[in-house]
This record gives sequence, C-alpha cells and structure tokens, in this order.
Amino acid sequence: MNFELDTEQDLLRKTVRDMLTAAYDVEARNRVSGSDLGWSPEVWKQLAELGVLGLPFAEEYGGMGAGPVEVMAVMTEFGRTLAPEPVLAAVYLPGGLVAELGSDAQRSELVPRLSEGDLRLAFAHDEPGSRWPTVDVATTAARDGDRWLLSGRKNPVLHGDCADIVIVSAKLPDGGVGLFLVDAGADGLSRTVYRTNDERRGAQIVLDGVAAQPLGDAVDASAAITAAVVRAQAALCAEAVGAIDASVQLTTGYLKQRKQFGVPLSMFQALTHRAADMYVLYELAASMSLYATMALADGIVDPIIASRAKLQVGRTARKVGQEAVQMHGGIGVTAEHSIGHYLSRLTAIEHTLGTMDDHLRVLAGGVTSYDRVEIAGM
Amino acid sequence: MNLKLTEEERAFRDELRTFFTTEIPADVRSKVAAGKPLGKDDFIATQRILHARGLAVPNWPVEWGGQDWTPMQRNIWLSEMQLASVPEPLPFNASMIGPVIAQFGSQAMKERFLPATANLDIWWCQGFSEPEAGSDLASLKTRAVRDGDDYIVNGQKTWTTLAQHADWIFCLVRTNPDVKKQAGISMLLIDMNTPGVTRRPIKLIDGSHEVNEVFFEDVRVPAENLVGEENTGWTQAKFLLGNERTGIARVGATKVKLARAKSLAADIAVGDGTLLSDPLFASRLAELENELLALELTQLRVVAGSADGKPNPASSLLKIRGSELQQAATELLVDVAGPDSLPSGASDIDSPEWAQLTTPAYLNTRKVTIYGGSSEVQRSIIASSILGL
Repeated sequence: MNFELDTEQDLLRKTVRDMLTAAYDVEARNRVSGSDLGWSPEVWKQLAELGVLGLPFAEEYGGMGAGPVEVMAVMTEFGRTLAPEPVLAAVYLPGGLVAELGSDAQRSELVPRLSEGDLRLAFAHDEPGSRWPTVDVATTAARDGDRWLLSGRKNPVLHGDCADIVIVSAKLPDGGVGLFLVDAGADGLSRTVYRTNDERRGAQIVLDGVAAQPLGDAVDASAAITAAVVRAQAALCAEAVGAIDASVQLTTGYLKQRKQFGVPLSMFQALTHRAADMYVLYELAASMSLYATMALADGIVDPIIASRAKLQVGRTARKVGQEAVQMHGGIGVTAEHSIGHYLSRLTAIEHTLGTMDDHLRVLAGGVTSYDRVEIAGM
Repeated sequence: MNLKLTEEERAFRDELRTFFTTEIPADVRSKVAAGKPLGKDDFIATQRILHARGLAVPNWPVEWGGQDWTPMQRNIWLSEMQLASVPEPLPFNASMIGPVIAQFGSQAMKERFLPATANLDIWWCQGFSEPEAGSDLASLKTRAVRDGDDYIVNGQKTWTTLAQHADWIFCLVRTNPDVKKQAGISMLLIDMNTPGVTRRPIKLIDGSHEVNEVFFEDVRVPAENLVGEENTGWTQAKFLLGNERTGIARVGATKVKLARAKSLAADIAVGDGTLLSDPLFASRLAELENELLALELTQLRVVAGSADGKPNPASSLLKIRGSELQQAATELLVDVAGPDSLPSGASDIDSPEWAQLTTPAYLNTRKVTIYGGSSEVQRSIIASSILGL
C-alpha cells in the first residue's frame, strides 16, 4: 500500500503548481476573473505546452496517456491556486467522453485539438429541474432522414459560454440516453451565457431542432455518462482538497501574523484548537479523495466510492471554508483577500455533480446491502 | 500509489483471521461483541493463547517475544483482532510497561519481568495520574525518598484502571523536588502486595468498577525496581505515551459496533417498516460509516508512511477522530435501543439484555475522549507540532 505520488507525478505537480502560482496572485486572478472569458488564454497556452490539457488522453491523439492519479495531482494544484482555467469542464470531462465513445474519425479530429488547446468542449447534460444523478433527460433526439435533430433545454452547462462544440445528452427514439456533438454556432441553438457565483462561467443552452452528430453510435450511453461523472467527481474532490489545504494554510498563517490585544491571534487557544479541527477535517477529506482516485487507477469505477468522497470532501469544504473566513475576520468577506474566494469556489464544488444531501441519500439507500463498511479493492 | 495489500499481507491477514475466529474461545469473543464486561480470567486465557502463537506482544523486541513486523502487519494484526472481537492483550502489559522495560530496564529486570508480563502471569496497572496531575502529568507529587537500598514512597495515584486485578504497578514518582518538574521524576515498579499500598474502588457513571485510587503510605520499594536511571522517568513516560497512542483509533471495533447497530435496527419496527429502513436513521448510519472509512484510510496513510515506526504527530488526529467515532457508535446503539435502554440489569422483563447494556456502554465510553491525552491535549499537539501555532 502506498499513498505517495511517484517521482514523475510529483514533478508534474510541482511544475503545475509553480506555473499557476506564478500566473495568479489575488490581483491577477481578480483581473482575469473579471474579463469576458473569465480565464487567461495565455495560461491556457502554457497548459497545452506543458501537456496538462492532453494529460488523460492517449498519446496517439496527442495526449500524455496519464491516469487518474496525474489528473488528481493537477486538479489539486488548480484548487490550491484557484486558477480559473476550465480544464475539467472544457477538456477532461467531455474529452473523456469523446475518447471513450467517439468514432475513430471523431477522436482523431477532436482529441488532438483539445490537447493542443485549440478546442473547447462542454458537457450539456443537466436540465432545468434535474438533480444529480441525472439519469433521465427531457431533451429529445429525432431522426430526420440521415440527420439527427435535437430539441430541449440544458442548464447549467459549466463553461458552456466558451465551448466550440457541445456534447449534448438526449433521449433516443427507441429509449436510452444518447450523446451528440453539436456545433455551438449551429442554427437553432441559442446560448445565454452567465457568470457563476465563484466567478466562473456557464450557459443555458436551448436547442430547437438543432442538427447533431451522434458521438460514436446513436446508442444508450448511460454507462459511459455515469463513468465520466464518477471521474469528474474524483477530479472535483481533488480540486477541493487543494483549495481546503490552501484555506487551512492561509488561516494558520493569518493567526501567526495578525495581532490583537498586543499579541498574535495564535496565542488564543479558542482559535488554535479550531485550526486543529480544520486540519483534522482536511486530512480526512484528503484520504477520501485519494481513495476515489486510487480506486479509479485500479480500474474500479464505482459511483458509491465517488459519493463517499464527495460527501466527505463536501462536509470538510463547508466547515473549513466557513471557519477560514470567520477566523480572518472582516477581511475574509472582502473580494480583496483570497480566503473568501476559496469559500466561493468550495461552495460551487459542493453543488456540482451532487450536493452532500444527494450523495448521503444514495449512501443511506445502500446501507442494507452490506454488513460492515469496507474499503473496496484493498 | 497503490491501494492494495501485497499477496503476503493478504495471506498474513487471512491466517490471523482464521486464528482469531477459531482459536480464541467463542464465549469470550461473543461477550466482547455484545459489549458485556470481561472477567479477569477471560483476559488471561486470551492473552496466553495469543502469546503461545507469538501474537500477544508483537511490538516488543524479537528476543523478548516480539515480531519483526512491518507497521502494516501490526496494523493488520490489531484490525483483525478488533474485527473478530478478540480482547486485545492487556495494554498495561503489552503496550505500556513491557516496551519500557525492554528499552530502559537492566538485563536482570528484563529477565525478571518480561516473560511473565508477556504471558500475563503478572497483571500490571499504571500509576501515572494523580488528583492534581491529570493532563499536566509532570506536576505529579507522589514522593520517593532514597533510604539505603530502598525508596520510601508516599502519595496517591488515581484513575488506576483494573488495579483491583493488579499484581504490580508501574509508578511515576518524584525523586527530586528541587529541579524543573520534568527533570525530577523517576519510574518505579511496585508490588501491589507491599505493606502500605491500599486501593479504593471508584464507581463510574455506568455503575462499573473499572478504575481505582491507589494510596502509598511509607511503602518500601527496593532500589533495584527503579527503571533506568533516577530522574529519567519523564523520558520513559513520553516513550510509553507515544506507544499508547498507536492503534488508539480502534477503527475495527467501531466497525463491529456499527454493523451491530445495523442488524439490531433491522428488527425494530418503526411506522410501517423497520428502524433500518427509516431514511433518517439510514442517513445517520451512512454518515457514520463514511466518517469511519475516512478515518480508516487516514490511519492506513499514517501506517504506510511510517516505515521507521516512530510516533507521528498525525496520530493525534487518529486519537481525536477515533475516540469521537467510538462515542458516536455507542450513542447510535443506545438510540437504537430507545426505551429499552432505560432498565438496568433487569432479568425476566421484556427489555432485552443488549438494550439494557447500551446505556452503560454509552456512559462509559465518554472516557475515550479524556484518557490517553484528552481531545483538547491532542488539538494543542496538532496546533503546535503540525500547524506551528
């Protein structure tokens, strides 16, 4: 049993950390977040050059052929630095679907461009009123001669504002949920873009008889969607763990530096014990995030494990985020200090791909199916 | 990264699992599983079976009956014992004084005490805490004054667990009152039958007799019973407490309790279904299971990362969370029992015995966030050693 990154993985982590730390201090991040795009094309280019965008894709498609552990290492650094580039929403998640389900032609056309940073996708699955796990959709796919036409409403589509091509889930005429590629500029597609509360971007996409190309064959893709979501949940957990770690570090640093009543705040046990609790929660969340990733690396794609991680990480994110702001005092609720931005991002992650209650509901529904709780794949 | 045990580790686990579930008397294991109190003989019988197989004191040096195991093997051993509801080797012997004597004792002292300690021929108790020295252990006042070949000991110890069974006590005593408090402490081994030693039981909130006060009035202790050098007791105490904290999370034992709560809840009617099928109960259980799994993974991270076996400050985390979850499991069980948790020790009534035992277990388990370094002490350790506050 080994919970450490190997030398190459550690080097990847350091490289990404250095690059993102150099790119973003609070001012730079606020500036970039306020731009139309909400992220930096220059940083995107650097990520492509480092191989970060192509990280999980096969080498024959210009990728690095890396696995879940490398994705975790990278996502943790995005969380730590709050870098806003949408690697998960625009590349890893939808790109993973293309790599798994796409025809040879689709893969060779799309994946290399993703890796090179020339193409952005989005995964349009959630619909108004749907909650994770979204297994059924109202959007329909209809045959029209040799064409497919899609109609329906998709929201929220994370980073759907900047997508060149959208992967849309739709109900197939003979049942099942299929996946389709839709050009973002296609006739009949309207897109309302917006900012999210964590200063990222999203879009509502309305499809009215939009011409679409099946991703691979027009067959039920539910299993692939579930697997892609499990991978994305693990990646989100890793990102959250980075942000939680940074929040604990910032808070302990602040306790040492900030003076009141003539002494540093670290002299007050009421505060240091709360910081200790934040650390305990951080380690528990990190362990569960590692579990989700290591299970994937062992070939175990299990929504239950992802729910376990998402619940634990969510609980920690909520508590650490709130405590970090509280212990920073007034500066914590300003946009001028990073700590409040961490709270915003963590709050968004808590509500992406299932809330804590959603995951607990799933886990509670399964308690009768086993006797003792065990680590899978040990 | 790799989540799997090695082939050898899995074989080791299976071998221990078989041994624990077939060689340890079933009546002892079922008492532990049901949360019933064990008698002195249960502890002794179990430890001797374990020791005959080299499984009582694996943390000791090999020459004194220990095993040359990896931290992962030690973790598997402890975990499998807990999962099989095997009473663990008496901690005062196996985890506390044994390793101290092996590390700091003279050859004569080792030969005299270690074999009997491993086999539970001697039952030890721990003479550390005093009425005025709890978390601030170093302020202890029990005095030992040298008189020829003896020390004369006067003072009082408290919270002495199972002293009613004990043959010997290992005591921290003050041998020099004129220096910094940590620098004037020694460790003495004292025969409980020495004239001047008396014990008084302390009844606990669950009605049990588990801890005692021990009084020393002009007790003559041969100087050869001093462990190591005079005034080095604090070093030995820190060594002992470092050992005490390993494995304190008791993940396996809590797993067994949660599984038990689950099977009991399946037989309790609530509304049209059972307590187990009630979403409120199921979510409480699921949340606890998740917390426990997170703790187990964290423990494995500490174990897999501690090749040198040295105490890791992260073990404070394991103590805090492990004790909280032990308490949460006993809370869950008493809530499962509901109104049947009210009667105490009543036979010939409809409230089942298991339900009557849940309240004492719940009340008794409040101790676990207090002993072995309270949660507050652990938070201070994390704040200073890990966070640099």
